[in-house]
Amino acid sequence: MPKPHKILTDHDTKPCYHCGEFCVDEIIHHQEKGFCCTGCKLVYDVLSENDLCAYYDIAERPGQSQKKASKKENRFDYLLDRDIIRKLVDFQNEEETHITFTIPLIHCASCIWLLENLHHLDTNIISGRVDFIRKKVQVKFKHGQLSLRDLVLLLSKIGYEPRLNLSDVDRKPIAKTDKKLIYKLAVAGFCFGNMMFFSLPEYFSGAELLGENFKWAFNYLNILLSLPVFFYSATDYYRSAWLSLKNRAVNMDVPIAIGIFTLFFYSLYEILIAGQEGYMDTLGGLLFFLLIGKLYQQKTYDTLSFDRDYKAYFPVAVTKLTKDAEEVIPLTKLGVGDIIKVRDQELVPADSILLEGEAYIDYSFVTGEEVPVVKKRGELIYAGGRQKGKAITLTVQKSASQGYLTDLWNNEAFQKEKGTSLESLSNRISGKFTAVVLLIAFAALTYWAFTDFSVGIKAFTAVLIITCPCALAMSTPFTLGNTLRVFGQGKFYLKNAGVIEKLAFIDTVVFDKTGTLTATSDASLEYYHVMDEKGAVSMAYSMPGELDTLTEETKSVIKSMVNQSTHPLSNRINSWLEGVKGANIGDVEEIQGSGLRLIYKSQEIKLGSAEYSGAKFQYIKKGGNQVFLSLEGVLLGYFFIQSGLRKGIETVVDEIGKTREVHFLSGDHDHERDNLRKVFGPRIQMNFSQGPTDKLLYIQKLSRNKANILMVGDGLNDAGALRESQVGIALTDRVTNFSPASDAIMDAAVIHKLPAYLEFAKTSRKIIKASFGLSFTYNLIGIFFAVQGLVSPVFCAILMPLSSLSVVIFTTVSTNYLAYKKGLKDQIF
Amino acid sequence: MEVLFILIGVSLIMAGGFLFLFFRAMKGGQFDDNYTPSVRILFDQKIKTKEKQLPSTKSK
Repeated sequence: MPKPHKILTDHDTKPCYHCGEFCVDEIIHHQEKGFCCTGCKLVYDVLSENDLCAYYDIAERPGQSQKKASKKENRFDYLLDRDIIRKLVDFQNEEETHITFTIPLIHCASCIWLLENLHHLDTNIISGRVDFIRKKVQVKFKHGQLSLRDLVLLLSKIGYEPRLNLSDVDRKPIAKTDKKLIYKLAVAGFCFGNMMFFSLPEYFSGAELLGENFKWAFNYLNILLSLPVFFYSATDYYRSAWLSLKNRAVNMDVPIAIGIFTLFFYSLYEILIAGQEGYMDTLGGLLFFLLIGKLYQQKTYDTLSFDRDYKAYFPVAVTKLTKDAEEVIPLTKLGVGDIIKVRDQELVPADSILLEGEAYIDYSFVTGEEVPVVKKRGELIYAGGRQKGKAITLTVQKSASQGYLTDLWNNEAFQKEKGTSLESLSNRISGKFTAVVLLIAFAALTYWAFTDFSVGIKAFTAVLIITCPCALAMSTPFTLGNTLRVFGQGKFYLKNAGVIEKLAFIDTVVFDKTGTLTATSDASLEYYHVMDEKGAVSMAYSMPGELDTLTEETKSVIKSMVNQSTHPLSNRINSWLEGVKGANIGDVEEIQGSGLRLIYKSQEIKLGSAEYSGAKFQYIKKGGNQVFLSLEGVLLGYFFIQSGLRKGIETVVDEIGKTREVHFLSGDHDHERDNLRKVFGPRIQMNFSQGPTDKLLYIQKLSRNKANILMVGDGLNDAGALRESQVGIALTDRVTNFSPASDAIMDAAVIHKLPAYLEFAKTSRKIIKASFGLSFTYNLIGIFFAVQGLVSPVFCAILMPLSSLSVVIFTTVSTNYLAYKKGLKDQIF
Repeated sequence: MEVLFILIGVSLIMAGGFLFLFFRAMKGGQFDDNYTPSVRILFDQKIKTKEKQLPSTKSK
């Protein structure tokens, strides 16, 4: 391998020409441009060869760092399998194939430009079309000349590796419900607008001026236009009301459905039999406003996925070893007893026993802890672990869907729809509301029946029409819709508006420990100096320069060593040694799963695991990761690295603990119990050694005691608990990257705002209540006139939009203002 | 004034036409992605012309 021309500089802060990351460690100079790694340079080379350097002109430093990119050429070999290709492509004929890739790295205009100019890189690509919001690109190519594997390789060569996983293969049809709502809204809007025109003369008594012919024509046109509204736009309300009545409950849609029916049939009677003008325009307006409210509540985050299961992370195919050949088979065909090969950076797809090779498994998908663990031959490796290092051979013990982790999804918690045991505020009110309205209507009917029966009917219908809870029905969607947007701006993304109402009732908060309370980015590091083999004698220190037991030279050598490694522990030592000038050393040998080795000034320096550097175990501080440093086989000391607690997490737990119960769940052993108790106080219930199913059962146990539980977790092993709790929040460092199925996704950077969000969920309930008060006032005014039989179409046509609009304005303004006051937003609007 | 009937007919047909066009645009996916086209339109076609020139100089 030719040596890259590296020049180690002390803290050169020049950003990489490709990805814009500051080249702290090294700079590769190439064509008068600086690159942070060979990967970035490679991408630049490919682009400049093909005259595509305009990529760098559109947005500044548009690339992604290629440091961690895998360079294995054969990792996409499974894309040659015909079965898999058939499942992945959108369309295929004799010549062309169309396929849609998800590429999470799409982030700027340059990305769009490059991916839409793919045909300049390879003439067999016909076109690429980017959907920026959904981070997808549709590529059309000639499969005769270019295989799917080569296409994917080309994409990953220019830094845009598509995400391909099992759920792409078992694709489910995407629901088109929100599209239907827009159609219904469009129809309602069209009919409403036209009906308003035809009803306008009535409002000003202009019909007399125009003559009877027009009045007659306008009324019949109104009937015609109301048909699509009644039979198409309003159908969701009938269905929902019917379902609710079947379950012997009254939800918000029951009074709405009653109102719609009364409006329609009473207007039909008025126009066809009584020769009056009817309320058809009010009906159109009602549906139009209601559907707008419904649409407003449906804020969707296209790039986020709230219902991912393990399939979204598992590979599409695995390499199976048969007698004398390697064969790529789809994961779904993998059976117990099969022998498989897992290469560097590949995921172990099923619980298996290691047969051959050095397993060095990174379980960060599962637990959130990214430091890999070493597994010996004969040991069981759980599905979901990622191999780092050389290829290993395994024998499958359980099928992919039955493993230690994936078995979770067979639990009944995942079979049923998530419980809606908590009734929403509006549904609880609507029961009483409907009863009261019907009572008033019948009272008015009986009162008038003694004097004038026709007035009685008029008063009866007028009460039902005027109290039709349009304003009432709009309070909830607009308040929750606004709250959803406020939270979304604050990087707290909710699956739907119902989650807010559930958040308001939370009385128990359960945190996962690894990856949620602790973060690898906030790791603490200590260096223990070992004089001889009798024990650790010197003090620990965590900042270089304070208590120097390492010489400057040793530090700079270590710095240069860890610089050349991508291991998470190396990265942490590297950042701990920030500011230390790297020494000019030769090539460092990295042995995966063991450590680093360097010959420096003809002495052997080893940095790595205890066994590797020849340390004895009994002196070691337990509970974290250790990296040992030895010189010529003699132990000099060790680094003690612990995942630190997230910044500000104590105040979050403290704040939440004031009014709610707090529990911790951890998959680790309880060696950190005392440590955590010291930080968080004695009131917190801590549970250790919890497997994925234990966590689920723990939540189940809590909810049996009528607790409303909020679970905050991050790894796939929390998926069961997230599912079973009332609200499950998945915490993630990069929102688009990884999160198990949950009700909400939260950017880890805003976890300090969690108590504020919980409070605001309560506030939004108060806003809903206040706007209910507002719309009840309108209803009282309406009823006052209605029982006297004084309601006219004009009166309805004015009161109805007025009440709706004022409720919309009230909820929008108050939600945004209160969010601003509580510091959840920077500006009011 | 009876001419109004014709005008009403025309207006209804026009408005219905717009509704139909909206439905068609919706089905055709025009509203699926409302960000990318706004970026796409700003790219100039510099590259393409360059590429076209290159082979022509070679052939000469």
